Amino acid sequence: MSKQTTAGAVQDITSAIKRFSLIGTLGWQDVRQRYRRSSIGAFWLTISMGVMIATIGIVFGQIFKSPMDEFLPFLSAGLILWSFISTIITEGCSGFIAGEAVIKQLPIPLSVHIFRVIWRNLIILAHNVVIFPLVLIAVQKAPTWDVLMAIPGLLLLAVNLSWIAIFLGVICTRYRDIPQIVSSFLQVVFYLTPIMWLPSLLPSRAGAYLLDLNPFYHFIQIVRAPLLDQEPSLENWLVSIGLAVIGWIMTLALFGRYRRRIAYWL
Amino acid sequence: MASIVFDQVCVDFPIYNASARSLKKRLFQVATGGQISANASGRVIIRAIEDLTLTIKNGDRVGLLGHNGAGKSTLLRLLSGVYEPSSGRAEIKGEIGSLIDVSFGIDPEASGRENIYLRGALLGLTRADIKAKLEEIIDFSELGDFIDMPVRTYSSGMHLRLAFSVSTIIRPEILLMDEWLSVGDEGFRVRAEARMNELVESTHILVIASHSRELIRETCNRAIWLEHGKIKMDGTPEDVTQAYFGH
Repeated sequence: MSKQTTAGAVQDITSAIKRFSLIGTLGWQDVRQRYRRSSIGAFWLTISMGVMIATIGIVFGQIFKSPMDEFLPFLSAGLILWSFISTIITEGCSGFIAGEAVIKQLPIPLSVHIFRVIWRNLIILAHNVVIFPLVLIAVQKAPTWDVLMAIPGLLLLAVNLSWIAIFLGVICTRYRDIPQIVSSFLQVVFYLTPIMWLPSLLPSRAGAYLLDLNPFYHFIQIVRAPLLDQEPSLENWLVSIGLAVIGWIMTLALFGRYRRRIAYWL
Repeated sequence: MASIVFDQVCVDFPIYNASARSLKKRLFQVATGGQISANASGRVIIRAIEDLTLTIKNGDRVGLLGHNGAGKSTLLRLLSGVYEPSSGRAEIKGEIGSLIDVSFGIDPEASGRENIYLRGALLGLTRADIKAKLEEIIDFSELGDFIDMPVRTYSSGMHLRLAFSVSTIIRPEILLMDEWLSVGDEGFRVRAEARMNELVESTHILVIASHSRELIRETCNRAIWLEHGKIKMDGTPEDVTQAYFGH
């Protein structure tokens, strides 16, 4: 029984991946719809992110007495990545709910709706990431080719976010209160994760708990560290890979078990 | 070789009222020792299809008859794979094309051309497939330069022409329809009929829900009368339409 349902989940996900054309089209449509008839279009996202980075950077940089050339790139990378992570998780919760009309009408693999969320947010990330080189120029630092090492980190991050989004999507379709809980949880995690504050500012004992036990710290580090000319630690990689494996096993089991019920829950 | 086999299939829709929808409330009930049972949570179940056993073979052109609410649309959705049976077994072999709603997914702010890609993608075509057929679809719709205008500028007839042109490009093994597609003005309708016939000829199984006696007699070689989710009669179009319509 459980082997069959897991096979069903795997089949849904592989057929969804084959429909990459549909996912691409729907993701682009989502972004275009938001910015129809506006001249700057999706780069409004870039501008608003840029304004936030400048404001927080200048104010909190002064408060923490951190050198600007260290703090600003750290903050920009962190905020851009956090926006990517938290939006995928939040939108993933309502991924199936948002696709209700399509799910009840056309036989499309269910994971398409979650991959659409991820693709759409990758497009938005591509718009936001434009800020980072600008920040580097502003603090007079030059990017090296090592920033390309952020790409494998980004792929691993996307793999982790995929299972989180599918897992939450299934639960939230049945229990409509969970999106609120997730949203509150993410707000708290934002403050517990070194995005607005440098990890070096943390006293070492508290640091051990706050950083090592926080999966989001590891997720952000594998992408942010190469961008800052640093290397993610072995621990960052191990935790991210480990969570990906455990997470996907859990998600395939849950998705497999309840996949057929999702259309009935909507 | 397409085939459809249903064995004692049931479709039960659980109706969740507010008390079942919220996890917080359920925890609250547990914490105060309240009774958790199907009745206490107030869950109502609507049985849309009951113990349906049915075999549709290659070459069958099935017409579905029944009153409103009999279960025709639910059966079409079961056939397309949107709903999996709550109990029983359903085996559907063959590529499915669902023309239940031809203009589904059309974005009014996007241009006709963009919508062709969008609708095509929803129907299961890749960008390459659509690109190859793009000229054919645009020519058939006769929308001219309007193809690059946002669909919200179209009249409802033009909208249907676009939807029809792109939706009938598919060649599935199993075709599902909710009423025959008859769109457009006189000139378009003749070509549309020809295109529909071409589409139906190319499929292996057709299942169409309809309220029209003539349609079922002309297009189908088998008719099924559904009532309250159960099959009341399954036979030749002549016999079933005679019984259902009374003449």
